[in-house]
Amino acid sequence: MANTAAINRINGLRDIRRSPASHLAAALAAGSIQGTVVLKEGPFQTMAGVRVDPRSEEGARIAAVAGSLPARYGDVGGTDRVIILWLGPSEFLVVAPEEAHDSLGGDLIGSLVAALGDAPGQVVDLSANRTTFELSGPRARATLEKGCALDLHPRSFTVGTALSTEIGNIPVVLQKTGEESFRLLPRASFADFLGRWLLDAMREFASPEVP
Amino acid sequence: MLLIPCPNCGSRDETEFHYGGQAHVAYPENPAGLNDREWAEYLFYRDNTKGAFAERWLHSTGCRQWFNMLRDTVTYDIQAVYPMGTPRPATAKTNATDAGTASTAADSTTTGNAAPSTSSTSITASSTTAPEGATK
Repeated sequence: MANTAAINRINGLRDIRRSPASHLAAALAAGSIQGTVVLKEGPFQTMAGVRVDPRSEEGARIAAVAGSLPARYGDVGGTDRVIILWLGPSEFLVVAPEEAHDSLGGDLIGSLVAALGDAPGQVVDLSANRTTFELSGPRARATLEKGCALDLHPRSFTVGTALSTEIGNIPVVLQKTGEESFRLLPRASFADFLGRWLLDAMREFASPEVP
Repeated sequence: MLLIPCPNCGSRDETEFHYGGQAHVAYPENPAGLNDREWAEYLFYRDNTKGAFAERWLHSTGCRQWFNMLRDTVTYDIQAVYPMGTPRPATAKTNATDAGTASTAADSTTTGNAAPSTSSTSITASSTTAPEGATK
């Protein structure tokens, strides 16, 4: 979908774009332990911050564009391509693949703005606001539990839910994408810190377990 | 560490919250009519209650919403959580069983005195489970 013509339309700026933790790519690869816990930075995402009353008419119009709005904390709305994270009772984060962005041939932001219209609320392009870390493996939960006070046991934190919380003392949206895989969305300015914090937390799993 | 029951997000660590000071401090009806003394008292003078104290909290790294909380300043028992703009609930809850820890107390918005009551008579003999020394 990310056709070259669309990329050329933004004058090659896409080619020089660097993700907030791109300088850690080699360290993330070196620090990952295959089969135990693997950390990598995810691809660019198109993100839009939406503030709208979900029970209102404009909320229904937003839901018609991006998929159902999550009703309460933990819920994840959206469709199979676009997910909507719950940040507050009237605040949501729409996350979609990069090529959904208007500058790359998609229409996500524009259609959200059109859906809101003049109604009270806002739609803001936040694509550069957060980066994504993908943490997976049998010890992924143990890694996160070193710095997250939430109950991350599967009986409480189920697949397909997301919570806005603190990990390593910084604010993060934590999404559980699989039984042993998590997606972390820190703000861009925290990406370096969180990447290094996770590497440090993962390091013990590289050593043989002490009985 | 307090475990604070956010009305939107459930129980979370105290570090996710910011303290907003005393609740129910009404903005003056006619600010221009106050003298310096009254204005200073509105701005800076707050109760220093021993016992149940109504205060504002912001869940800053969660839902980013404000709420009011009734907390015992001696035992740290969270007696009620209720929305902004609603009157302070009565402090009738005097259970000594779960004092000292955060409890998901039912936010009783049904009853309550409308005035920002800061009377110190809310401490009854059965509710003070303060450790020895805290009362000195």
